[in-house]
This record gives sequence, C-alpha cells and structure tokens, in this order.
Amino acid sequence: MATREEIADAIAGMAMFADLARPQLLGVASQFEEAFFPKGARILRQGLTGSGFFVILDGEADVVADGSKRATLARGDFFGEVSVLLGEPPIADIVATRPLRCIVLPGPGLEAFLVDHPRVTYRMLQAMARRLRGANPRR
Amino acid sequence: MTSDARAASDGAPARPFPPGEYPVVVVGSGPGALQVSYELSRFGIEHAVISADAGPGGMFRKWPFFQRLLSWTKPYAPAERTSRAFERWDWNSLLAREPELRGLQLEFMDGTSDFPSRPDMERNLTAFAERAGIKVRYGCRWQATRREETAAGDRFVLETTEGEYRCRFAIFAVGVAEPYSPTVPGIELAVHYADTRAAETYAGKRLFIIGKQNSGFELASGLLQWASRISLSSPSPAKTSIETHTLVGVRARYVQPFEDAALGGGVDILAASLKGISKVPGGLRVDLERSDNAMPMSLEADEVISATGFTCPLLDLPSIGVATFGQSKLPAQTEYWESATVPGIYFAGTITQGSSGLKKHGIPSNSGAVHGHRYNGRLLVAHLAETAFDAVIERPAIAAGDLRDHLLAEATHAPELWHQKAYLASVVSLDGATGPRNEGIQPLSRFLDGEGPDAVAMTLEADGSGAIFPVLYVRRGNQTEEHPLEPDPLHDHEGPTYRRAVGQILERLSPSVPAA
Repeated sequence: MATREEIADAIAGMAMFADLARPQLLGVASQFEEAFFPKGARILRQGLTGSGFFVILDGEADVVADGSKRATLARGDFFGEVSVLLGEPPIADIVATRPLRCIVLPGPGLEAFLVDHPRVTYRMLQAMARRLRGANPRR
Repeated sequence: MTSDARAASDGAPARPFPPGEYPVVVVGSGPGALQVSYELSRFGIEHAVISADAGPGGMFRKWPFFQRLLSWTKPYAPAERTSRAFERWDWNSLLAREPELRGLQLEFMDGTSDFPSRPDMERNLTAFAERAGIKVRYGCRWQATRREETAAGDRFVLETTEGEYRCRFAIFAVGVAEPYSPTVPGIELAVHYADTRAAETYAGKRLFIIGKQNSGFELASGLLQWASRISLSSPSPAKTSIETHTLVGVRARYVQPFEDAALGGGVDILAASLKGISKVPGGLRVDLERSDNAMPMSLEADEVISATGFTCPLLDLPSIGVATFGQSKLPAQTEYWESATVPGIYFAGTITQGSSGLKKHGIPSNSGAVHGHRYNGRLLVAHLAETAFDAVIERPAIAAGDLRDHLLAEATHAPELWHQKAYLASVVSLDGATGPRNEGIQPLSRFLDGEGPDAVAMTLEADGSGAIFPVLYVRRGNQTEEHPLEPDPLHDHEGPTYRRAVGQILERLSPSVPAA
C-alpha cells in the first residue's frame, strides 16, 4: 500500500465511500495519510486531546473503555469522529489487535472534509445511526 | 589482493571495517548515521559503518538543488554555543557531549543568512565526522539482506559490494532519497527533481512542475528569473508553513511564486491531477483534471519536472518482513525506531519519521529533518545500549523541592521539547522509595503506553493555532492525565503562573513532592 491510486482502490469498496466516483476517490486519497500500527499499539488514547479521524484499511482493533473491551473494529470501520466532532478527548482507547493499516485525517481537517463530501457524511451518519441502535436495542 | 591489502601495500591508510561480523552495522554516512555512530562509540559499542558514498554528508552532498538550506543556525542566539539550550537555535549541528564538538555549524556560516549554504552544511558534517573520530567504510554499497540462524543466535547478513557483514543489530540510515514519480501516461517525458539541470539552461522555457511541496516551490523560486512561465500542479490546494503554523506546507523561503501567481506574473498554481504528458509539435502537452469541478484542462510546456518526492531505498528489507507504509514507503517503526515487524532492524536519520508518534492535532514530528532526528538517534542508541549491551544509564536524583522548577526549566529551554513537539518528553519518575529521578528524554508514546512507576512528563506542544504551550502528563497506576498549560506569548514558562499551575498538579500527586 502506498500511492494515492492504491489508497483509492482500497477505499473504493467501502460503504462510506460507495457513492464516490474515481476522481473523488483520488481526491479523498490525497487528503488522508496512510498510517501503520503494529499489534498492541494504541492508536487513540482515552482522555488525551488532539486525535484524528481514522478509517481502517486492513487489520483489527479493539475499543477499550476504562479497561473493558467494548467492540472490535475491522476493515471499513472508522473511529475518532466523536472526539473530533465534539472537540473532546476520546472516551476509549483504540488498540491494534492485529497489524493495522489506516487512513487518517487530522482532527482540524474533518469539518471541511465532511462539508465538502456530503455523500460521505450521509453514509457516515448511517453507520453512526446503526451503532446507536446497536447500543440501545429494543426491549 | 583485497582492496584493504592493496591500500596497505600502497602505504595508504587501511579502510576501516572490512567485511565480517560486528555487533552492530550502520548503513549510511549522512547526519543520521554519523549521529548514531557517535553515540555507539560513546557507549563503547563495537560497530561498523558502511556507505555507498565517497564521503560524509548524505543528501547534503548534493541537495538542496539551489544550495541553501531551510534550517537555521542563529549565530547570535541567546544561549552559549556549547550549551544544551543553544541546540534550540541551531538546527544543523550534530549532538555531542564534548563542548568542542557542539554547535559546529557556527564555524561554517558565510554570514549572508542564518540558513547555511549546502556546502557549509557539508563542511559541518565532515568536520563532525573527522573531529569525533567517526570512521566509515566509504564506497561500500549495501546490496541485499538475509537472516541467518547461527549457534550464537540470529544474525542479519548484509551483502555489499565488498563482501558480507553479519550483525545482531542493523541500523539503516539511508535517507528518503529514492526519486518517486507518479505512474501516469507519458511520465517518462518528465525528469525528476533529482535530475534538474543548471538553472540557466531553463532560460526562456515554459516549465511545468508536478507537485506543490517544498521541492516544487524551491525549483519555482530558483527558476523565476529564468523560465518564461512556471506552472505547478497537484490535486490539493497548496499550503504554506505560515498558514499551518508548523513545518507542514511550503516554507516561507519559497513563497515568492505565490505572490507572482496572485499578481499574474507568469506563475500558475493549479489544483488539478495529472492525467498524462504527450509530445506535440514544439513541446509537451500536459493533460490535467481540475480538482474543483473535475473538468479537463491542458497546457503546453517545454519541460516537465516531477517534484513528487522520494521513497526510502530499503532494497529487499520488505522481503524479510519489514512493513512499509505511505507514498514514501517508510518502514513502520516502534517508538524506539525499531522495525515494527522485524526486531533487530533499526532506522536512523530522516527515515525515523516512520515512527509517527501521537501526531496530535495532525502535526507531525520533525524527524524528517536533522534538528528532529538527531535526538531520535541519541535515544535509539541509549535504548539499544541499555536493553542489549548492559549499559547503565544514569538517572540522577532530583531533590523533591526542585521538581517543579526542573520541569518548568525543561519546558522553557529543553531543545528536544522545542524540536520534537508532542513527540519527545522530559520524564521524571516518582518512585515513592527513592524519590524523584531524572529519566531524561523519552518518546512521549513510550511514556504514555509503557509501564513503569508513577511519573511525570513535560512536553511542548502546538495545535495549529500558532500557540506553543507546555503540557504536563501525570502517570499514576494505570491512569494517565494530561494537563495542558496556557501558552506564554514570549515562550517563558518559568514565571509565577506556571509555578502555581504545576505546583498544584504536583501537590495532588504525593505528599513527598512539595508543590512550591
């Protein structure tokens, strides 16, 4: 994995970017950076400021809040958005359980990115709505 | 007869480090390699240094193309040349314990700028190598790598033009120096930045530059008086370091083309992706796709230069398991710059930017430049010395009553914190039995993610707003707290406001740590 074209290929099949044509995918690829985290690395740290928005290209990570595992994230999942959108430190650690490749957008760039890409924003809202429903199952 | 034997029989000094087994082999002879060799020697760790080059200096033997650095050394800085504090004002000298080896760049300034010329930087590095007694086997090119199991343990085998080197630990300081060009139709009609010709040969030419980073704008600035028209393009809008308040973006030295573009002075700064280059009568046709509306556009040029960056010349390291990432194919690294996937392989110099740290607020470390990576090299070797060569690193006690002022002095004067913001931290452990101990400089991610006794760590940080502020981290049990302090417009963090704020934080830590 490396070039803009390869990142565009990698995200083309993800639900979040499903509505984008090739030139837009290339544009997204040029705004994000690729990052690699070995197994065991902490990507987000609960309570610490200054994080970013991450989309997983490959690998797996756990969401760990107050020492307890809350969820597992894999290819196509994203994290960090709540912290960036609210301007607050993350409420959980994200820990790589396998080598993890992500694309990353620094926190300060997320607002402009979402405003510029409404279809991505819509897909992201759908994913967040699903999470919300999962967290509040019908009794 | 070997080249060594031939040299000896000619009466010439024998070249150091013939092929064989060494505990550590360092590859390279740029600032990254010189710094780690210096540190290894000071720990008494036997090592070989091999380099394909003919002399020290690495990329500074050739670049920057227009022969002037982007990194300052301030001759009249408010700190004494041989002091640690002076390093904040000197981005170009390597680090040394001996006063006479510190701040060497000052000896090699031509007086016209606080940015040294390329030859002056090369002289600085050459002088450091000579005076520090750093030996390098020049003209010895690393060509391939394999792993070998031996009775004494696993070894890396580095195949070179002069034979094989075996080692437990290999440190690669080979730069991010392999020219990279995008794969688009007709790219063979472009030349890379690395192959740019003498400026006057572009007189009257229409020049198209692929890429809007520093190398592209360096060429544009230098060729303004020669080219008849200069167009620069990449998909994203160009950013300047003035806007980002960091080293991210085009540096202030190279902003003249922005003004020329804004005033209609024959410079075009385009946000468009390159679709292809083709030959047409009288020149080259460059086809683009605009980023704002995805519409095609094209222009004609006499020359196309690809200023699209460099990749790491890691040769076959990926084939033995070294994971890489990003367009520059940087090796993924631990917080101590060891390959994240092949233990025993370390990196030094500009490649250490592959250990990205926290990148708080999206701001990267300065490991891609000498003033950042020279500290990484020092810490890497201390870590290796302690973990693999039984070295004992001194951790002097700090009187409990001095802790607050020690931390604030670090936040005001420590060059490591100024140059590696939110990346390196000044750490003091607070073991209840022995009292505060100065753990020295550590990677911040190590402090936050590693285990250890209760401790505090001071950093300097920035958030892109232009402010620089100290942050005190506190580790108690398994919990880490972050305490950002207010920025001071004069960057003096030793005043009463800071003493009060840090005193209150320390007061809550332990009754054995007096607040003030």
